[in-house]
Amino acid sequence: MIALDEDRIMLRDTAREFLTDKSPVSELRRLRDSRNEDGFSRELWGGMKDMGWTGILIDEDHGGSDFGHVGMALVCEEMGRTLAASPFLSTAVMAATAIGRGGSGEQKKKWLPAIAEAKAIIALAVDEGRKHAPEKTALKAELAGNAFTLNGEKTFVIDGHVADAIIVAARTAGEPGDKNGISLFLVDAKAPGISVERVITVDSRNSARIKFDNVNAVEALGETGKSFNLLENALNAGRAGVAAELLGIAGESFDRTVAYLKERKQFGKLIGSFQALQHRAAHLFGEIELLRSLVLAACVTLDKSPDAAGTAVSAAKYKACEVGRLAVSEAVQMFGGMGMTDEIDIGFFMKRARSTQELLGDAYFHADRFALSQKY
Amino acid sequence: MPLETFRRETREWLAQNCPPEMRKPSRGEPDICWGGRNWEFQSEDQKIWLERMAARGWTVPMWPKEYGGGGLSREEEKILREEMRAISARSPLESFGIWMLGPALLQFGSEAQKLEHLPKIARGEIRWCQGYSEPGAGSDLASLQTKAEDKGDHFLVNGQKIWTSYADKADWIFCLVRTDPAAPKHKGISFVLFDMATPGVTTKPILLISGKSPFCETFFDNVKVPKANLVGTLNDGWTIAKYLLTHERASIGGGLAIAGMRSLPAEAIKAIGRDESGRLADPFVREEVIRAEIDGRALLATIERYKAEAKAGQGVGAKSAILKYAGTELNKRRYEAFMTIGGSDALEWESERSEEGTLAREWLRTKANSIEGGTSEIMLGIVAKRILDLPEA
Ligand SMILES: Cc1cc2nc3c(=O)[nH]c(=O)nc-3n(C[C@H](O)[C@H](O)[C@H](O)COP(=O)(O)OP(=O)(O)OC[C@H]3O[C@@H](n4cnc5c(N)ncnc54)[C@H](O)[C@@H]3O)c2cc1C
Repeated sequence: MIALDEDRIMLRDTAREFLTDKSPVSELRRLRDSRNEDGFSRELWGGMKDMGWTGILIDEDHGGSDFGHVGMALVCEEMGRTLAASPFLSTAVMAATAIGRGGSGEQKKKWLPAIAEAKAIIALAVDEGRKHAPEKTALKAELAGNAFTLNGEKTFVIDGHVADAIIVAARTAGEPGDKNGISLFLVDAKAPGISVERVITVDSRNSARIKFDNVNAVEALGETGKSFNLLENALNAGRAGVAAELLGIAGESFDRTVAYLKERKQFGKLIGSFQALQHRAAHLFGEIELLRSLVLAACVTLDKSPDAAGTAVSAAKYKACEVGRLAVSEAVQMFGGMGMTDEIDIGFFMKRARSTQELLGDAYFHADRFALSQKY
Repeated sequence: MPLETFRRETREWLAQNCPPEMRKPSRGEPDICWGGRNWEFQSEDQKIWLERMAARGWTVPMWPKEYGGGGLSREEEKILREEMRAISARSPLESFGIWMLGPALLQFGSEAQKLEHLPKIARGEIRWCQGYSEPGAGSDLASLQTKAEDKGDHFLVNGQKIWTSYADKADWIFCLVRTDPAAPKHKGISFVLFDMATPGVTTKPILLISGKSPFCETFFDNVKVPKANLVGTLNDGWTIAKYLLTHERASIGGGLAIAGMRSLPAEAIKAIGRDESGRLADPFVREEVIRAEIDGRALLATIERYKAEAKAGQGVGAKSAILKYAGTELNKRRYEAFMTIGGSDALEWESERSEEGTLAREWLRTKANSIEGGTSEIMLGIVAKRILDLPEA
């Protein structure tokens, strides 16, 4: 285990400064209320590029800043604190990992600098049903000549509505449920046969349902039929990022709640002097501390040995779901009626916590995966 | 010495010096070596192991060498722990001296006190007990009434302590006494040390729900304590008391996190078995096990993170309260799970099969975890006030 060194502390502090300035929660509110077409600000995305975040998991040879997963998590945590909307998770975390680890030299040269320069938004299309289950991939890819033809449907594709390209998990062999026979294809989002439905979710963010109708796919990522591990690499980076985002959501709603406990008076006293609330707040603080350690441990493992990080990542995402849920529930409860209003931001945190719990596997998914990895 | 060399030499030394009996997994309490004047070693191997480790200062690896320690750095100590774990080597010595008094003396003791007491702790020659709680002063420890009157060259101590763990087995006591009854409650307390064999000290064991009596009522009737046995400044004992409690809490939380005596997944699989697909057969128990295992990891990772942060000069205060609270509540949950897994077998109290109700007694013992060393409610109160800065009621 590590303590954050000076570089990372600086990364965190500048991230906090940048995001509170450029993308406070009011920015998400503005995107929502103006029914913004993209659901995020392209100017902000450009700013993130200038900060080096788009290339955070990309090596310097391909134009990245290469801060590693610990750095990635610090940025995600700060994004959770201000609920900043951007294609960071899909593009800079998951797509960059899939291409960086599974792409040919050619593919890396083509795509990684494009990601780092914020010239390409790339979504990862995995889920097909209500729940995250990568090995259940059913979308068919059939070989026709020297290309594959994709047929099927994807859902909950983060940033699918604004993507320039899509990495699609498809089945080239076997049955849904088999890890073998899964392939990844990189397709142009405008390719004939692709239809994208933008889905606005409870947290005022976006995902997409995407139909693939005889879509021609020529560009495979990794070895056809054997890309499940590569997919897992990309997903694990994403899951760690989401866990870190939940850490930020929990931390920020907690801080706002504690501030309210020191400000709101009832019975002639600050409500923060009531022991019933003090102990619940203290318990929650402890839980957030435990979560922080698991997120850090997962990212240290991802940096060191990404192929062996599944257990640590699942432990972190599991705990993130549990602590995130507790933090926002306690926040709404301790804010009383105010907590239920759209006027204050607490509700935004509750909504985002719900969708990040679901994203890339909920607590049950990760509990189960953790147990499987420990052979029970 | 480069760390890799240290690791190699440690491994070799352990291989040659750790006796076979001391490499069998500890069953917890019955296998612990507490040391002390009247200690009866459970085996020759236990004795040899203590002597060999003490000779290297490795019963207290990070204490300075001049006080009987090993003088190891944090990194070296970690390597020693890892290498011991790798061969399942038992801890050679556990004691209140190591966990509590030692750190307090290192910080507040006079040179003479350090030289007098620390090496005996390190060698397991003197066993200490903790005289803090009184019948009227538990969570509100600072309201303690045991008084020590100044009689020129000595203090005269009168009063009663309670819940004094192993007082009947201990050789010496570190004790909180009131030396200024007129001062505000935190300001009139002093920290003194004395021999339990001093005339006027008596102990009376208390029977616990586990059927055991590890702790006592302790009575002081005109006990003479030499002035030289005052630690730190007169009437400023509360500072030392608190410092010591921090160590006690951190070691309770940390100790429980690594107390790998019983593995929840292993016992669950043994008792319940696996289904066709190889999974632990009961999905409800499986979920309990997973939750406890992940929280166990989280606790260990947090202890490690706090150590790393302390070394880098960062981090929040009052961490020991978080670790104590999280560790003890988790341990209670784990033992509820062990009892559920054991079913009616786990209820057996006197049978040979159950080794005289070992599990049931351990389960009952865990209930004290969130009471001893400051209750969970007190820990939460500390976090609320010291870290969150919430207003007084
Ligand atoms: C196994 C074991 C070993 C021990 N060993 C030792 C030892 O070696 N030496 C020693 O000195 N002591 C020892 N103790 C004593 C221990 O430190 C005390 O039991 C503990 O501090 C609690 O005090 P109490 O028992 O008087 O409970 P009380 O203080 O009476 O507490 C009763 C209940 O009230 C709650 N409570 C009290 N104050 C508050 C508050 N302000 N807010 C909210 N809730 C509150 C408590 O949390 C608890 O739930 C030991 C105890 C146990 C169980």
